[in-house]
Amino acid sequence: MSSLLSFYLDLVPSPPCLRCFVLQLGRDERRVDSRSICVGHRSSSNNEAFIPPKFCDNRIVSSKYTIWNFLPKNLFEQFRRIANFYFLIIFLVQVIVDTPTSPVTSGLPLVFVITVTAIKQGYEDWLRHKADNEVNKYPVTVLEQGRRVRKESEKIKVGDVLESSRDDDTCFVTTASLDGESNHKTHYTVPDTEKDLESLNATIECEQPQPDLYKFVGRMHIYKTDQEPAVRSLGPENLLLKGSTLKNTQTICGVAIYTGMETKMALNYQGKSQKRSAVEKSINAFLLVYLCILVSKALLCTILKYVWQNNPGQDEPWYNEKTQREKDTNLYLKMFTDFLSFMVLFNFIIPVSMYVTVEMQKFLGSFFITWDKDFFDPEIKEGALVNTSDLNEELGQVEYVFTDKTGTLTQNNMEFIECCIDGFQYKYQDAGTDLDGFCVTDGPVNKVQHKAGREKEELFLRALCLCHTVQVKESPEQGQGQRDGLMDQVDGLGADGEGLHPPPQEQRGFIASSPDEVALVKGAMRYGFTFLGFESKTMKILTRDNDVERYELLHVLNFDPVRRRMSVIVRSKSGDTLLFCKGADSSIFPRVRQEEVERIRMNVERNATEGYRTLCVAYKYLNAEEYAQADAGLREARLALQDREEKLMAVYNQVETGMSLIGATAVEDRLQEEAAETMEALQGAGMKVWVLTGDKMETAKSTCYACRLFQKNTELLELTVRTLEDGGRRREERLHELLVEYHKKAVQDAPPVKAGVTRAWSSANHDYGFIIDGATLSMVLNSSSESNSSRYKNLFLQICQNCTSVLCCRMAPLQKAQIVKMVKNSKGSPITLSIGDGANDVSMILEAHVGIGIKGKEGRQAVRNSDYAIPKLKHLKKLLLAHGHLYYVRIAHLVQYFFYKNLCFILPQFLYQFFCGYSQQPLYDAAYLTMYNICFTSLPILAYSLLEQHICMEVLLDNATLYRGIAKNGMLRWGPFFYWTLLGVFHGLLFFFGVRYLFGNPALQDNGQVFGNWSYGTIVFTVLVFTVTLKLALDTRHWTWINHFVIWGSLAFYVFFSFFWGGIIWPFLKQQRLYFVFANMLSSVSAWLAIILLILLSLLPEILLVVFRKLRGPNAGQMKHRLPSSGTSTIFMLSQTASTHSFSWTD
Amino acid sequence: MVKEEKEIANRPDNTAFTQQRLPAWQPMLSAGIVIPGFVLIGLAFIGIGVALFVTSRSITVLEIDYTGIEKDSACFKCSNADVKNCVCNLEFSIDSLFEGPVFFYYGLSNYFQNYRKYAASRDDEQLSGDLDAFTAPSDSCSPYDYNGNDKPIVPCGAIANSMFNDTFVLYRVVNGANKLVPLDGKGIAWWTDYNVKFRNPSVTPLKNAFNNTVKPIFWPKPAYQLDASDPANNGFINQDFLVWMRRAALPDFRKLYRRITDGEYAKGLPAGNYSLTIAYNYPVQSFEGRKKVVFSNVSWMGGKNEFLGIAYLVVGSLCVLMSIVMLIVYAKFKFPEED
Repeated sequence: MSSLLSFYLDLVPSPPCLRCFVLQLGRDERRVDSRSICVGHRSSSNNEAFIPPKFCDNRIVSSKYTIWNFLPKNLFEQFRRIANFYFLIIFLVQVIVDTPTSPVTSGLPLVFVITVTAIKQGYEDWLRHKADNEVNKYPVTVLEQGRRVRKESEKIKVGDVLESSRDDDTCFVTTASLDGESNHKTHYTVPDTEKDLESLNATIECEQPQPDLYKFVGRMHIYKTDQEPAVRSLGPENLLLKGSTLKNTQTICGVAIYTGMETKMALNYQGKSQKRSAVEKSINAFLLVYLCILVSKALLCTILKYVWQNNPGQDEPWYNEKTQREKDTNLYLKMFTDFLSFMVLFNFIIPVSMYVTVEMQKFLGSFFITWDKDFFDPEIKEGALVNTSDLNEELGQVEYVFTDKTGTLTQNNMEFIECCIDGFQYKYQDAGTDLDGFCVTDGPVNKVQHKAGREKEELFLRALCLCHTVQVKESPEQGQGQRDGLMDQVDGLGADGEGLHPPPQEQRGFIASSPDEVALVKGAMRYGFTFLGFESKTMKILTRDNDVERYELLHVLNFDPVRRRMSVIVRSKSGDTLLFCKGADSSIFPRVRQEEVERIRMNVERNATEGYRTLCVAYKYLNAEEYAQADAGLREARLALQDREEKLMAVYNQVETGMSLIGATAVEDRLQEEAAETMEALQGAGMKVWVLTGDKMETAKSTCYACRLFQKNTELLELTVRTLEDGGRRREERLHELLVEYHKKAVQDAPPVKAGVTRAWSSANHDYGFIIDGATLSMVLNSSSESNSSRYKNLFLQICQNCTSVLCCRMAPLQKAQIVKMVKNSKGSPITLSIGDGANDVSMILEAHVGIGIKGKEGRQAVRNSDYAIPKLKHLKKLLLAHGHLYYVRIAHLVQYFFYKNLCFILPQFLYQFFCGYSQQPLYDAAYLTMYNICFTSLPILAYSLLEQHICMEVLLDNATLYRGIAKNGMLRWGPFFYWTLLGVFHGLLFFFGVRYLFGNPALQDNGQVFGNWSYGTIVFTVLVFTVTLKLALDTRHWTWINHFVIWGSLAFYVFFSFFWGGIIWPFLKQQRLYFVFANMLSSVSAWLAIILLILLSLLPEILLVVFRKLRGPNAGQMKHRLPSSGTSTIFMLSQTASTHSFSWTD
Repeated sequence: MVKEEKEIANRPDNTAFTQQRLPAWQPMLSAGIVIPGFVLIGLAFIGIGVALFVTSRSITVLEIDYTGIEKDSACFKCSNADVKNCVCNLEFSIDSLFEGPVFFYYGLSNYFQNYRKYAASRDDEQLSGDLDAFTAPSDSCSPYDYNGNDKPIVPCGAIANSMFNDTFVLYRVVNGANKLVPLDGKGIAWWTDYNVKFRNPSVTPLKNAFNNTVKPIFWPKPAYQLDASDPANNGFINQDFLVWMRRAALPDFRKLYRRITDGEYAKGLPAGNYSLTIAYNYPVQSFEGRKKVVFSNVSWMGGKNEFLGIAYLVVGSLCVLMSIVMLIVYAKFKFPEED
């Protein structure tokens, strides 16, 4: 029964829980560090003159608009975009100045775009309103003066005592909807508040609302009539966050602390900073070029107009006299309005619709990622997730891949492999045959020399059983959470061979925030020590003699990544107080007696080399005095409102000293499925893979070998604390020396290889792999002198760029981001991609151009902050090589095509100015000007940009090298842009002059009648629409029925529209310019022949180019793959057939 | 049960569309298609080109400039703007039968009918016979909307005002005597213009519709008297007016004036001497324009137009040439796709 408690918060009586809310301080200008809350609104008499502060209510408002402000606010936001603003200006110019085209021509597309965007945003906002309402109207029970009152969620006030339906002062929650961690977390009630909620008189002081989910400091003052106020500390373990789901718990009561928009969930809602793709930057650069073309065209025409008008006969011929107003207008003002008129006439060269089409392409295109069933992982029952659709094409441009190790390259699915006790190695062999081998006196499996004493063994195993924060999952029917099944499968103990120590329940599982801990507890269990769970604050363990031992848990010194260790303080039945500590070797070794270290260090290093994760276990006895001191220190630090973290850390460090080392453990973290194949494919695609991990160098190195990032012939260049200390000289000097040496090796002596060529192509060449650790990296980046720093950085970068793979170990999260940033900003600004699954990867995911989250076990922070999330590492291959490649090709073509088609649209209109006295006479009718981009030519390119597969997916996946063909923004560089521009100019010239020569004799009909200027424009326009559409058809390699439909449909629509538009006298039109123009044009054989000729002539060079390009160059090979008959595998043929079937079946 | 549903809900649809596996035709422009295609297109184009070229060649055109700039020109005397109601005679001879039907065009050059202000200077509501627009012409007609006395001009606007008003009479000189060649003024304008787009107000007599309006400044006669010989050819549906109102696309243009279809001239103009009497009214010198008359017969492709035929021949030969080049290149490279 998990009732969704959408409350936050904190404490109070019996098992408390609730929701939390905060004080709104900003409003009343008081900046205070903490706020006070009166529990249950019972002001305390002890508290003189307590004025209840004002808090915001519990309404959640995630919507942006209301019905009333939607229109103005939305319009304002839309016109803040440069492009929309530009079109608005053009529109206004058309309204104010006497321009050649009516304001409708640019107004209509603009209104269309604005309306579509407004509808989309309005709909999204409506959804948000709906979601808000659902939350806001959720019924809750509030305790008011001892009565239970039902209220709507939005009416909860800070200080309200809420009830949500255990009689234990703990409760379990999962925070899956907050950070995705579905493991159960234990939260505690505040001591002394359990009884008599009605008469509780207390105030709470806590910090201002802040978004960190894992931080909370507060204090509760409990006033009792006859006693001094008692003070209790409140930490994150007392706080229930909004969005948490209660598990295994029947009823809780709590006080609202933060409400509404001040809850941590709401505070975490803020969007991430916008990432912009390289394609977008290209678009902007091209826009600038076209803007220059536009302005220079307008300027040229304006100048020529006034030069031409110098001739009086041409300025004002008798047949075209000026009005009095025109004569009176100031010359310079006239010139300016003429310039504006030309701008308006030519403004179609920068089309509004391109933005809409690009947005639609990105938005709709991203669905193909979420829809891809290859990304569906049956284990977690989820597919890929797209958090932003702005970066689809960037997936096709990646040059550097930064990957986390744990959970990304490896499964983060831990298995206990062996342990080392007092320097002796114990390897667990096989569950079936030698299950309890450990407990047989002479039965240590794989005995190396001899065994450690039994006492030591048992101490070690007790340590494993006690030093953790693992929960025992109780009966399986409790909690039907989505992932529970998985949990069982992963963590549950098989019933096999458990005869000796049958667990109380058949299905016993462990729940912990770290999979390592579960692996260790399970490891201990296999050796005979079973952790049975908590009973109140007592930990029960079942020893191998089948005795149940109880230990009172006094304190948990939580794990944190800086300390890299955690400890527990327990009191045994005999009354001894013990501290058990486990942690990374580097953090434990300095804190234990040195004579014990050497024996174990050897084992730890060997294990690490084999790719296992190692932890060291230590303990110490605390005498009463020591314990009292530690206890006081911890309590005090936990009550601190300020700097609680620092104070706690200081106490931890003080307590965790002078320990004795008992042993070490080795846990295996298996590689992800197809990790090696994926890495190989990425390298084959020309990407450089960097592994950034917090793990030890040896572990990480072996993972790299396993993933084939390093190979046997790879020469490793190591720049770590170890190599720095080798020479026995000062680290700085040694660093300098090594950098220069490696640089010489990898950069100067290396034969000049072309960018992007890696191992697959240069197997004969020497391969380098580079290894650096966190400490050395910070020396490189923050060298003492400024000049060295940038020089080292440069050397370092150059070395790295010449290595096939780079391994950075012992990295802090921020250092990961630093590296990404450094590469991102290096020469050539390569496109970077970060992939990770844990909270420690968030910083690099946010930093990189593209951030990928793995829906792993370390929670959902990475997924929430990523741009794309995939269930498994292996999916990265398809995401980049197939989807990314296709998206890039599609959008690049879309962008180029858009500029092209508008260039050859407007160029004839520009050329026409030379034949109409620079009078801004439009060549095309207003309807054509308006409809060209919205109706006649928009759908084919949209369909192309969604469906095109110039090379089919299977081939893309099989030939990673194809990815290099589009590297470095290959289709949107100036070369291709110039080509397309040239093509546009060629087509524009051809259209205009072709028709110009046809009109050398305007008597084009067999009845001798002549054609006028609208016929001229219509012929040009017809050729134009057909040519640009057929040009796209020529580029289309993948003709689905949709392509057929939109391409032929658009052409048919054009013809139909032209007949229709010219077939009726439109009452709302001032001039019936096109009346029967199109039909008359079609009655002329010459017009037909000219149209056919011009279309064919325009496309001829394209066809030739396709044919000739194919026969030259290395592309010849890949082109073959486009033909199913010539180069494609049987698999492809089969899949084609299959898809045909599935299509017809589903249809 | 619940789990299964959940799985189905989450699993992406396995349809051809969502998996981007829609059955697709993947055409390839290979040499095997392109070369024969080019040859075919080339041959077809050459065929059309030849037909066009031959047709165009068979069209006879006689063009005579009568601006009168040159001193030896028959209309030199009329080129002075001060001379009113000037008439000049243009003599010319035809060596062999000018096959009919012969179309008689007038041509103007350096005349910008496509000037934006000029193009907009008309009121289509007037021209469709809307009497309201008679009293209040559209602003777009300015400055040709009202005369000095604030009387509305009908038809208003620059286009109507500047209507071509030279008239021509053609004589065949037989034995020293001028014999009138009848000119047919019907069917020179678009059928839809004549029958739908332009309408006279339904007032009879037509003259009454024009009460309280004035004729365009440049016009010698009001609209309802444009054709004295045929009462039905007056007002806005006067064929000459319709032809003029369909503005030319380029500054050098010709417009259809008459057809020679009647009686003995139905087969064409016989060889002999002809005299064209021109009532020279239309001033063009102020803007360095030229005027000309053009006699031409037409074919299925319209008037004489060498451009199309030549273009077809060139493109056709180019296609054939390219296919030969491709053939040679491919033979050399051994058809790469067959490797």
